[in-house]
Amino acid sequence: MSLDPKQVQHIATLARIRVPEAELAGLAGELNGIMTWIEQLNEVNVTGVEPMAGVQSRDLPRRADVVSDGGDPAKVLANAPEATHGFFVVPKVVE
Amino acid sequence: MGELTHLTIAGALDGLAKKEFSSRELVGAHVMKMAKHRDLNAFVTETPEKALKMAEESDARRARGEAPRLMEGLPIGIKDLFCTEGVLTTAGSHILDGFKPTYESTVSSNLWKAGAVMLGKLNMDEFAMGSSNGTSYYGPVTNPWRRRGDNTQLVPGGSSGGSASAVAARMCLAATGTDTGGSIRQPAAFTGIVGLKPTYGRCSRWGIVAFASSLDQAGPMCRTVEDTAIMLTAMAGHDPKDSTSVDVPLPDFRKAVEGGVKGLKIGIPKEYRLDGLAPEIAKLWDQGAAWLKEQGAEVREISLPHTKYALPVYYIIAPAEASSNLARYDGVRFGLRVPGETLDDMYEQTRAAGFGKEVRRRIMIGTYVLSHGYYDAYYLRAQRIRALILKDFTEAFKQVDVVLTPSTPTAAFGLEEKSDDPVAMYLNDVFTVTVNLAGLPGISVPAGLDSRGLPLGLQLIGRAFDEETVLRAGRAIERAAAFTLAPEGY
Repeated sequence: MSLDPKQVQHIATLARIRVPEAELAGLAGELNGIMTWIEQLNEVNVTGVEPMAGVQSRDLPRRADVVSDGGDPAKVLANAPEATHGFFVVPKVVE
Repeated sequence: MGELTHLTIAGALDGLAKKEFSSRELVGAHVMKMAKHRDLNAFVTETPEKALKMAEESDARRARGEAPRLMEGLPIGIKDLFCTEGVLTTAGSHILDGFKPTYESTVSSNLWKAGAVMLGKLNMDEFAMGSSNGTSYYGPVTNPWRRRGDNTQLVPGGSSGGSASAVAARMCLAATGTDTGGSIRQPAAFTGIVGLKPTYGRCSRWGIVAFASSLDQAGPMCRTVEDTAIMLTAMAGHDPKDSTSVDVPLPDFRKAVEGGVKGLKIGIPKEYRLDGLAPEIAKLWDQGAAWLKEQGAEVREISLPHTKYALPVYYIIAPAEASSNLARYDGVRFGLRVPGETLDDMYEQTRAAGFGKEVRRRIMIGTYVLSHGYYDAYYLRAQRIRALILKDFTEAFKQVDVVLTPSTPTAAFGLEEKSDDPVAMYLNDVFTVTVNLAGLPGISVPAGLDSRGLPLGLQLIGRAFDEETVLRAGRAIERAAAFTLAPEGY
């Protein structure tokens, strides 16, 4: 299968990256180049093989359920592009 | 006493112990060298004042008679992917403009506790995505090596390109790198230095800007195998703040280095003998096997049948994880913000302005392979083949102790010499990427020069948590190759 500019626009929206209309066709070409190369994975027989998320995905250790850090809003907000009264500031989301 | 910037870590520790020079003098020499070779663009941020202050503190500890720490007084560089408290951390990206972490990564923190001194933050491909250091927002890094009689500027490899260039150019004694698909070993090979990717879980990932969490691992980049062992000991160790950091005993890796390879079984994977492999690389690989044999190892052919699928598997898994990890860059909590009419508008504009083309490409591939209707066909299939790649190694390590391969399919190239085809660039990692997928330790050791005078590396791959055998075998290659060259003029 091959991605068309409309699908690329959809992926860009899902990824929350604005892509100018003029770049969609070129980007579709690049992504198709990569996806075509990836298609070779279809020739591998994976019947009965469990998917592997990481080399040690089983038995991740758990720590005690206690507060171990925090209580320093100034540090949390230190790098915020905009902050006020101990909060991050974003454009209005509720009309 | 030679030039201070040409010392090894082991040599510098020795000189400091004998009071031949102070840390202040050692660090001062490197600060000057860092300024002198600014044209290589290896550093994003230089921190000379911090370095001199840390050096004076080290000298003071020594003067008080404190027991010397593992890397006491040694000037090193830190890849700009490690968060450093109060010091700009960019990950090579515009989207982290102005970001000064309020915390220190575990690995860099371990290094400071071991007495090391920070010279600055090293340039890199944006979010560690690249093999040439050409994707950095802060511009490309130049390799200090040149082809004989040819002044073309060459890439240092990537993504740890600033680290490789700075260590090769003697601007720092060593540097940290990170390796997700080859990002320590490929640049080490391109610049004639040693680079080790430890076993997944050996070094904490806490405080390292995440690219692909199931593959990322920090490691040392140095000029000798012994130095690499010393620095690995300082960097590694269990960290409760990273749930994938493994709680296993931490050996003193330096003690393993001179263990020799007598009786060791070395595997040569036949699938790595690619069609069209440069004859010089093939010859060096055979030479490496012969060197190990001469020192008492047994060499045999092995098979890793799923090797050819490793790169396409990587280019599903790594972008998938990256698309998730990089969702946090949205203009709200740190870094760049481009104002928008609505919250979504702000996200989309910020991310459009903040990410470079390669990062955008990978986020979109990742978003696509994780999206409804494609998840099973791409992402789950890739995870299944990843399991087969690991199984290949598990089977191989029943027959051999360590695997020998070339580090890269070519020597360093000019930034203009690779086509715009992203897949062509991805092929740089053909020999290294399997190791990340299987979570194993791998080292690249400089093994010689090609006919045009550029360094080439050989890679040794070991069992999980057996860095000691990898270092022993790496030392055997180093001993036989006797590679001690510095690039001309550095």
